[in-house]
Amino acid sequence: MNSIKNLFIVLLVSIWSTSCQRQEVTQVENLKQKEQQKITSTIKMVLIPGGSYKPFYGSDTSLVDVKPFLIDERQVSNAEYLEFVKKNPEWQRSNVKRIYADTNYLKDWVNDTTLPKGINEQAPITQISWFAAKAYATAVGKRLPTLDEWEFVAMADELTANAREKKTYSDNIINLYLIKNRQYNPVKSGKPNYWGVYNFFDLVWEWTDDFNSILVTGDSRNGEYSDNNLFCAGSATNATDVLNYAAFMRFSLRAGLKAHFTIANLGFRCAMDAPVENTPSSVDTAQ
Amino acid sequence: MKRLSLLLIMLLSIISACNQVKPLKDLPSDSIFLLNSDWQNQKGETIKLKDLRGKTLVVVMIYTTCKASCPILVADMKKIEQQIKPDNLKKTSMVLVSIDPETDTPERLLQFAKERNMDADHWILLRGNEASTQEFANVLSMKYKKISPIDFSHSNIISIFNPDGELISQEEGVGINVEKVANKVNEVIKKS
Repeated sequence: MNSIKNLFIVLLVSIWSTSCQRQEVTQVENLKQKEQQKITSTIKMVLIPGGSYKPFYGSDTSLVDVKPFLIDERQVSNAEYLEFVKKNPEWQRSNVKRIYADTNYLKDWVNDTTLPKGINEQAPITQISWFAAKAYATAVGKRLPTLDEWEFVAMADELTANAREKKTYSDNIINLYLIKNRQYNPVKSGKPNYWGVYNFFDLVWEWTDDFNSILVTGDSRNGEYSDNNLFCAGSATNATDVLNYAAFMRFSLRAGLKAHFTIANLGFRCAMDAPVENTPSSVDTAQ
Repeated sequence: MKRLSLLLIMLLSIISACNQVKPLKDLPSDSIFLLNSDWQNQKGETIKLKDLRGKTLVVVMIYTTCKASCPILVADMKKIEQQIKPDNLKKTSMVLVSIDPETDTPERLLQFAKERNMDADHWILLRGNEASTQEFANVLSMKYKKISPIDFSHSNIISIFNPDGELISQEEGVGINVEKVANKVNEVIKKS
């Protein structure tokens, strides 16, 4: 009788312990499932040879070196982002962690996997956070462009790599920035710039990898980022230097962003380091 | 009968042991413990942020070669430590996260802590890699930029997180009101 009882105990204990183990295993599996699912990007990338350039916020003598890199010719579209969230449910609206995106994340979508009604699925994705943009870039094997890379490309107009000194170019950017609801137009529309890159100014603002490197408060000791440089409207609205006003708008926006913010006209495109065998001589855009 | 009660006790203990395994999904959606990156502490141990779960955290980002505002921030952290009630200090971690993971090796962090009498267990100095540091800075809404191989510009923020990793409050700037921060810590511990 005792031996039967003993056997019974052993049996029960073993059942409980295996069920306990099973629970732990499923937890591990759940964690594993959260690992990112890769997706394929069909966006053509353009080689930018890099070079030294004069940043908007720097003094006249401070040049920044930009290494050769590849950049997407256009922004990531609604349709492409939809594919991403279908494969990576943790980035769907109802699943996304609040630490990674605020409550407005994909707010106009019908549900987790349906784009907003009446929207052009070829329009750039917006209402996504820096974390989300970064996760997408990682999923397609790319990264976000750095602020310097983005601004390097932004110097070009349709004909030249550095059109900063042209009055028409500056006017053009400001006029594009003033168009309302421009984020609903499809990506890759209009003419490309000198590098073959589309819609740098006329659809959406774009996330950059190190958008949080613009210091306007706190400890900024090199003097390049004085509030006067970035926030003094007097110098920025100087009519003879309209380009600085366009750049001023971009830098002000970036300085005000936090990584979990999602905004109706803020999207992104991806970039990559240039392959080593593919590095032509850099362009001297410093003037 | 004895055996049966023994059986019951064994079963209960197994069940409760089972329940103690808290799955990750229990964390609040805005918890910093959701960040999955690896970090090294000053002892050279590799940890995840969620290993810090269960204590109230006072967090600051600094780098050890900084000569400007970091010494003030570290001094502020020590003042905050002194004003947290001794009983509460056992439920608190004072966390320094390096902005310069390349320079701030665990050995350097340990030396930094020793030189500043931060030997107690509640002092935790961490370094990640470039990506995890960037991510963490963005979670703290902290701005930073490398301005030379050994120097960074950065915003000065001391943040308090509750034991579940939710951001409770932030104080920005040098010369903050340390008493206010310490009181907040005491308050958070009282609530949790």
